[in-house]
Amino acid sequence: MGAESFFFYLFGVIVLAGALGVVVMSNPVYSAISLVLCFFALAGEYVLLHAHFVAAAQVLVYAGAIMVLFLFVIMLMNPTPADAREAGGSALLGWLLGGLFFAAIFVALITARLPGSLPVRSEVSGYFGSVEQIGAELFTRYLWPFETAGVILLVGIVGVVVLARLHRKEG
Amino acid sequence: MSWLPELQHYVLLATALFFIGLIGVLTRRNAIVIFMSIELMLNAANLCFVAFSRYLGSPVGHLFSFMVMVVAACEVAVGLAIIVLIFRERRSVNVDDVNIMRW
Repeated sequence: MGAESFFFYLFGVIVLAGALGVVVMSNPVYSAISLVLCFFALAGEYVLLHAHFVAAAQVLVYAGAIMVLFLFVIMLMNPTPADAREAGGSALLGWLLGGLFFAAIFVALITARLPGSLPVRSEVSGYFGSVEQIGAELFTRYLWPFETAGVILLVGIVGVVVLARLHRKEG
Repeated sequence: MSWLPELQHYVLLATALFFIGLIGVLTRRNAIVIFMSIELMLNAANLCFVAFSRYLGSPVGHLFSFMVMVVAACEVAVGLAIIVLIFRERRSVNVDDVNIMRW
């Protein structure tokens, strides 16, 4: 087993363990920390896939910005025991349905007969997935989606400010 | 299937991640944890984009995952603002307590 296989399975196990932690932890703070672990391991998988820019963005945006936002809101709300009340029997049903659906898709993926063959591993240059390449694509061929991303972020900011001011006016 | 990670290994990993997120949405009642589970599902999609990008030798999947990240950041900001507003009204983040549209 080479180094790449080793790190694929190592990061894969950490990703799945972190994701399971998010779902089963009863305290939302533990869920958030578990999610950070999951995101870091996913960044490792991205590095294995030569997606260095995406890996860096994953750590900066997800493990950094988004998780800080989550933790801020959790701390702000100071969850009480009443909030810990979870669904009892219907949670079991959720696990059962989700597990069955997962098993069906998993078996279908493993046993699928494809008309052609899947693309196999090919060597890529160090340029692939670098900030240089992604930046060149973003500012030339995909300039329009890139500008749209800016507009989406602006709309998000304006929306949050409106929501925050809405409450202040009423109170 | 051999042990060397190929495209199908990454797709299977993304599938497992997606379904863990789906089970989280189905089973949890805390609105914040449901949001985190949605993030898990978005990341599963990202992993698929990046894996296909690597195996097809084209960087377009990276740009798609970049767009997913942008939308996820906006969604989290607006969603958490709404959750904070609900918490101020109802003193709870349990989705079962949010069962009427006006009060």
